[in-house]
Amino acid sequence: MPSSRRERLINRHPGPAAGRLLALAPFALFLVAYSVGSEIRLAENPNDKLLPSFNAIADAIQRMAFEPDRRTGSYLLWEDTVASLSRLGAGVLLATVMGAIIGIAVGLIPYARHTMSAFIAVFAMIPPLAVLPILFITFGLGEVSKVVLIVFGIAPYMTRDIALRVSELPSEQIVKAQTLGASTWHIAWRIVLPQMLPRIIDTLRLSLGAAWLFLIAAEAIAAQSGLGYRIFLLRRYLAMDVILPYVFWITFLAVSFDYALRKYQGWAHPWFASQRTPA
Amino acid sequence: MTEVSVQDVWMEYGDQIVLERINFEVPSHSFISLVGPSGCGKSTFLRLLLSQERATRGTILIDGKAIAPNPEPDRGVVFQKYSVFPHLTAVENVMLGLEIERGGVFGRLHGRARRIARSEAMEILEGVGLAESATKYPSALSGGMQQRLAIAQALIKKPRILLLDEPFGALDPGIRSEVHDLMLRLWWDTKMTVFMVTHDLSEAFYLGTRVVAFDRKRKREEELKRYGASIAFDTLTEPAPFIADLKAKEAAAG
Repeated sequence: MPSSRRERLINRHPGPAAGRLLALAPFALFLVAYSVGSEIRLAENPNDKLLPSFNAIADAIQRMAFEPDRRTGSYLLWEDTVASLSRLGAGVLLATVMGAIIGIAVGLIPYARHTMSAFIAVFAMIPPLAVLPILFITFGLGEVSKVVLIVFGIAPYMTRDIALRVSELPSEQIVKAQTLGASTWHIAWRIVLPQMLPRIIDTLRLSLGAAWLFLIAAEAIAAQSGLGYRIFLLRRYLAMDVILPYVFWITFLAVSFDYALRKYQGWAHPWFASQRTPA
Repeated sequence: MTEVSVQDVWMEYGDQIVLERINFEVPSHSFISLVGPSGCGKSTFLRLLLSQERATRGTILIDGKAIAPNPEPDRGVVFQKYSVFPHLTAVENVMLGLEIERGGVFGRLHGRARRIARSEAMEILEGVGLAESATKYPSALSGGMQQRLAIAQALIKKPRILLLDEPFGALDPGIRSEVHDLMLRLWWDTKMTVFMVTHDLSEAFYLGTRVVAFDRKRKREEELKRYGASIAFDTLTEPAPFIADLKAKEAAAG
C-alpha cells in the first residue's frame, strides 16, 4: 500500500506570521462574539445590564479610573488596585520566604525532612477557605487575615515544591562541595540557594493564580476596598459595565506579573535556561 | 606523600554482601586503576574512600589515621557527571574551594581577597587549558572541558588523594586521550595518590601504576546475595611512556 503523500497533522507547523495570526484569532473571535451578543440584547432591551456595550464600558472606566468618587473624593480603581496589590505582595512575599527557608531545610537536611515533611503534606491538604472564618476570628477583619489567607493558601505548595527541587539536585554536587571544604551552611548558602532562586520563580509563577483566588475570596467576604471587594459590591447592582473592566484589569495585572517574572528569571539567572526541562 | 591502608573491609546493605575481605596497601604517589564488571562493588569501594558511605566492618587508614566520617578536602573527587556547579562560571567553580576556605560563614570573598583567589584559580584553569573559557557557564563547555574543569576545581584544594569515578567514560576518544595525558601530568606534578574507577581496560593500564580488579568468586544465582566481591587480580604496571621520561629526567636532575 503506497503511503500518503501528505504530511500528518502532527508534523505540520504554521509559519511565524500564520502562528501569530492563529494566536490572535481566539481573542478576536471572543470580542466579536461579545459585541454581537451585546448588540442583540440591547436591541431587545436598551436597559439590559448583562452585556453592556463597549461605550458603556468606556464610560464606566472613565468614571472609576479618572474621576474622583463623589462620596470619598478618591479615584476608586487606583485605590482598589493599591489595596489589593499590597495584600497580594505581602502574602506572596511571606509565602516565598517561608517556602524557601523551610523547603531548603527539608530538602537538604535529613532530620528536618523526617520532622516536617509529613506535617507539611497533611497541612497542605487543609482547604484554605475552610479556615478563613478561623482567620477572621483570630486576626480580625483587617489586613492581617487577608495576608495570612494567601500565605496559608500557597506556602505549603511552594514549600513542598522547593523541597522536591532541592532533593533533585544530584548528590554528586553535595559530595563535591564537601570535598571543597563546605559545611552544611556553606552548601545551603552557596550551592543550594543560588540554584533554587530561578526555580522559586517558577513556583511563584504557578502560585500566583491561587494567590489571586485567595485574595479576591477574602476581599469579597470582608473588606472596605480592593479589586475583589469592588466586584462583589457592584454585583448587587448588576453593574457589569464596571465588573467586566475590573476583571479585565485583574487579568492584565496577573499576565504582566507572570511575564515580568519570566523575563527577570532569564535576565538574573542566565545559566538556568540550559538546565531546565522545557515547560 | 600519602599512603592508604585498607584492612579487612566488608560492605553490606542489609542481607546483601557487596564487598568482602578487602585488604590492600597503597604506597604514596600510586595511580590505582579499579576495574571489574558492573555491580562488582568498585564504585562502592570508591564511596568508602570518599566517606560517602561507611564500611560495615574493617578499617581504612590514610597515613596511619582512621578515615574521617565526612567527605573532606584531603580527598578530591571527579565524577562522571554533575561534578561542577551549573550556576557558577568556570573560574567561579574553581574559586569556590578558596572562597569557602577563606570567606567566613557566607563563603564569599570580596575586593582584594577575591582578586587574589581569582588569580590563583586562573592559574589552575591555565594548567588545564581552560583560561579562555573562564567566564563561561559549564553548560557552554563541551564534555571534555567540563571534566577538565572538574579536575581543576578539585586540585585547588591540593588534595592528597584524588578519587575519579569513571571520569572519562562519557568523552569522545580523541578528547579522552588528551585528558588522559593531562591527568597523568597533573598526577606526576602534584604527587597525589589517585584512585580511578573505569570500565575501560586500556585506560586502566595506560594511566595506572597498578591495576586492581574486583570480582565475585561465587557467581551462582543463590550465592550472589551472601557472597560479595573481593580483589580478584592486582598487578603493578608502568603508566604511559612519557611518565618514564619524566622520571628519568627527575632522577638525572636530582
